[in-house]
Amino acid sequence: MFSEYTATELTAIFAMQGFAGLILFSVLVLMALGLAIIFGQMGVINMAHGEFMILGAYVTYLTSNIFSEFMPSLYEGYFFLAMALAFLAAFLLGILVEWGLIRFLYKRPLDTLLATWGLSLILQQIYRSVFGAREKGVSPPEWMMGSYPLTDLIEVPINGIFVMILTLVIATGVYLLMYRSRWGKQVRAVVQNRPMASAVGINTEKVDRLTFGIGCGIAGIAGSAFTLIGSTGPTSGQLYIVDTFLVVVFGGAQSLLGTIASAFAISQSQSTMEFFLSGSMAKVLTLLFVVGILMLRPQGLFALKIRR
Amino acid sequence: MSLRTEFVLAVEGLTVSFDGFKAVNGLSFYVDEGEIRVIIGPNGAGKTTVLDLICGRTQATGGSIKFRGKELTRMKEHAIVHAGVGRKFQNPSIYEDLTVFENLELSFPRGHSVFGALAFKRDAEVIAEVESIAETIFLTDDLDKSAGLLSHGQKQWLEIGMLLIQKPDLLMLDEPVAGMSVAERKKTAELLRRITEGRSVIVIEHDMQFVEDIADRVTVMHQGKMLSEGSMERVKNDPKVVEVYLGH
Amino acid sequence: MSSRNQIRYFERKDLIGFALLAVLLMLVLPAFLDVFRLNLVGKYLTYAFVALGLVLCWGYGGILSLGQGVFFGLGGYCMAMFLKLESSDPESTAIQSTPGIPDFMDWNQLTELPWWWEPFYSLSFSLLAVILIPALFAFIISVAMFKRRVGGVYFAIITQAIAAILTILIIGQQGYTGGVNGITDLRTLKGWDIRSDEAKTILYFVCCVLLIGCLVLAQFIRRNKVGRILVAMREQEDRVRFSGYDVSNFKIFVFCLAAAISAIGGAMFTLQVGFMSPTFVGIVPSIEMVIFCAVGGRLSLLGAVYGTLLVNYAKTSFSETFPELWLFAMGALFIGVVLAFPNGLAGLFQRYIEPYMPAWYWGKSKQPDPSPPPEPKTPPAETDGPPEIQESNAPTVAKTKKETETETLKGGQYVPAD
Repeated sequence: MFSEYTATELTAIFAMQGFAGLILFSVLVLMALGLAIIFGQMGVINMAHGEFMILGAYVTYLTSNIFSEFMPSLYEGYFFLAMALAFLAAFLLGILVEWGLIRFLYKRPLDTLLATWGLSLILQQIYRSVFGAREKGVSPPEWMMGSYPLTDLIEVPINGIFVMILTLVIATGVYLLMYRSRWGKQVRAVVQNRPMASAVGINTEKVDRLTFGIGCGIAGIAGSAFTLIGSTGPTSGQLYIVDTFLVVVFGGAQSLLGTIASAFAISQSQSTMEFFLSGSMAKVLTLLFVVGILMLRPQGLFALKIRR
Repeated sequence: MSLRTEFVLAVEGLTVSFDGFKAVNGLSFYVDEGEIRVIIGPNGAGKTTVLDLICGRTQATGGSIKFRGKELTRMKEHAIVHAGVGRKFQNPSIYEDLTVFENLELSFPRGHSVFGALAFKRDAEVIAEVESIAETIFLTDDLDKSAGLLSHGQKQWLEIGMLLIQKPDLLMLDEPVAGMSVAERKKTAELLRRITEGRSVIVIEHDMQFVEDIADRVTVMHQGKMLSEGSMERVKNDPKVVEVYLGH
Repeated sequence: MSSRNQIRYFERKDLIGFALLAVLLMLVLPAFLDVFRLNLVGKYLTYAFVALGLVLCWGYGGILSLGQGVFFGLGGYCMAMFLKLESSDPESTAIQSTPGIPDFMDWNQLTELPWWWEPFYSLSFSLLAVILIPALFAFIISVAMFKRRVGGVYFAIITQAIAAILTILIIGQQGYTGGVNGITDLRTLKGWDIRSDEAKTILYFVCCVLLIGCLVLAQFIRRNKVGRILVAMREQEDRVRFSGYDVSNFKIFVFCLAAAISAIGGAMFTLQVGFMSPTFVGIVPSIEMVIFCAVGGRLSLLGAVYGTLLVNYAKTSFSETFPELWLFAMGALFIGVVLAFPNGLAGLFQRYIEPYMPAWYWGKSKQPDPSPPPEPKTPPAETDGPPEIQESNAPTVAKTKKETETETLKGGQYVPAD
């Protein structure tokens, strides 16, 4: 399939598709970061994670509407406020869900999987009732459109670069939060020994609730980023949940670096193959590749060997 | 070099490392036919890991484990069991949803393949064997009880019974009297003396009175290495051992 | 002394339960329902095959598969391929540019039948394929996973990914598979019109007989030593392994069995409904089938059938009257069955009704104490979460009871002489 292109054209294609895949990469990383925190740290499988993302996307959509309606002069900056609001909305919903559902299900991962699936159905129907079944598109601010020509053949989309930088900032923030802050230390203490953590005075319930909320909040930010590549419908989140889980498992559930690396591998192979094959075959091959690797290396790419 | 084959178990240079941390480091020891060996050592010394390595639960990073001349380090867990090694876990691990009878029956050494299990018949031999083991472990009256209803000590006995019915040549017990009442401890010591006749046993134990009662030889481990080995009397007087225990 | 005797495959209460189900399905429902409704029940019953497979594999074996739709679909597609070839004879497809091949191939500019469709001209091959192809696929998946000790959540996610992959593949390759519409317009089976009312009634009974056959087989497995090993494995996998069993083989066995049973359901679906499409393969149908099983009670074979019938009946009547409410109801069902009724309908029956059953119901089996049985235990904790370090060199501040006890003993009884 490569024979009909020259070498320079191929380089350009790979580079362009690579940049085009950046937004997908960012969405996957942000989704996966949230999932990895929730799964890796709490052992909870959140099948409703896609719906938290979509909540963020709807919040972004609403914010952009409000801006264009009431303060069109400030429209260029709506995205930053939208992101903050998306995080907040998903964070609060996450805390509510942890309080009402998840806390009864610790240590029963398969059951959390079923219960959160039920939650996802309910959220989808709520979105459908509130926003309608039609997909909602958001027009990105002017400065994010267009692209920056790197060479004659290669152009870099500005929104892709922006979202990627944003993602890296958030990923760094999560890293600092988990490994450098007092709160992160508490989370990890609770993970390793719950009774002990509570015995030394950590409020484990509060830590759980915040962890779940933050995981969901990051998914909300992913929703903001998502509005830049697609339009938002009630079931858009479901399409991403399998990919995201594969990203998490593929990267090794407890490795932040692994999550980013595997999101990169999956989004880039998807995006590159899409140019040569149909989108669906690209997806099949990507997923097959990941499942194949997982069969060879079930602990994921970056898992630690731990004494048991 | 060739190993002396009269040893039941020969562990040589055994090492396992978890991400650079060597939980067991160059450990060697030999267990004779019919010997009761007790491994002691402070928490985290690597005692349980040694048992995990012997029974195949953890893969060794280096070294060899020979059981009756067979190398165990590359064998699967179930194959090691069939070779004649039985293992009791630290916390009683029994099947709480099944009855005591069914718990023992599942350990009866027949019908271990899928199709063998499909064709398995509960015949007179199985019933007789289960009943005789139940008597040994003081559970005759509880055979029809769901195992989850047993007391902690009874659960420990049940797991020992599940091992006995496998008729292993080498029995490995991880803290068999932990969490038992004084009366249960006595009974267990008596039980162990009875069942250890004619087989080799490795026991991990903290209860020093109990160790003195049963041990032929004692191995003291510290930080993944052997600290001292020999009779209880000798080990007790080893200054290195004294330092580790008192300094801990 | 019941447990000491020979293993009893059917106790009195099991016989009563099976007989009641058979009477309900084969006498009561046919007597009161018209052909359309009976056919609808028949369609629901095909999902009961999947739910039954899940009882064995999830309820007993502790292996949650979120990809059972794959096997249901493969079984259904094998059957549909045969029926499609039969209805695509050169006469009835004369208007196509290539007569004699299925219509969707013609629409997709295929000019000859792909080689792997050829064997499906034979009915006996197709019937074998209905069971063997899904079972073989399940075998490949499960060997790859279970031999490497992948289980629990990881297995669930990977089976879900496989369901997604297969759906995308079927939709993407529409020239070979019929795409998103699936394989439709199936008419006859060896010349017998499967769309007639008479055929629908007969197929309903065939479906019932097959389902009861599978139930009997499952009951045999459940009461057999294999069933007890599955329970044992779910509780203490390591203990089973160190009792000399190769645990993965038993998991592979039960997963393949569940796949084969689901595939029979899929084939019966195709026959009764007259088409097969990727909508029954993907993530959503697969996880819905799990809820059929959970509502019935994940440990109850008969519960799987009742649960499936109930949820589908509710789904049909809800979707007719309040379509928006259905997703809410379904979502609530998922949450409720996990939080409040982990043993489903069967659990409620065992707790509130069974204790009051008279002696004839129990037969020779032991009647439990008159007091209601204890609250069903929550499923055992799984160890898929972050692994914990058992022994640690780090100094511990507090000690559990056991540790304190051994520590005291150490201090009290072990006095090294100077």
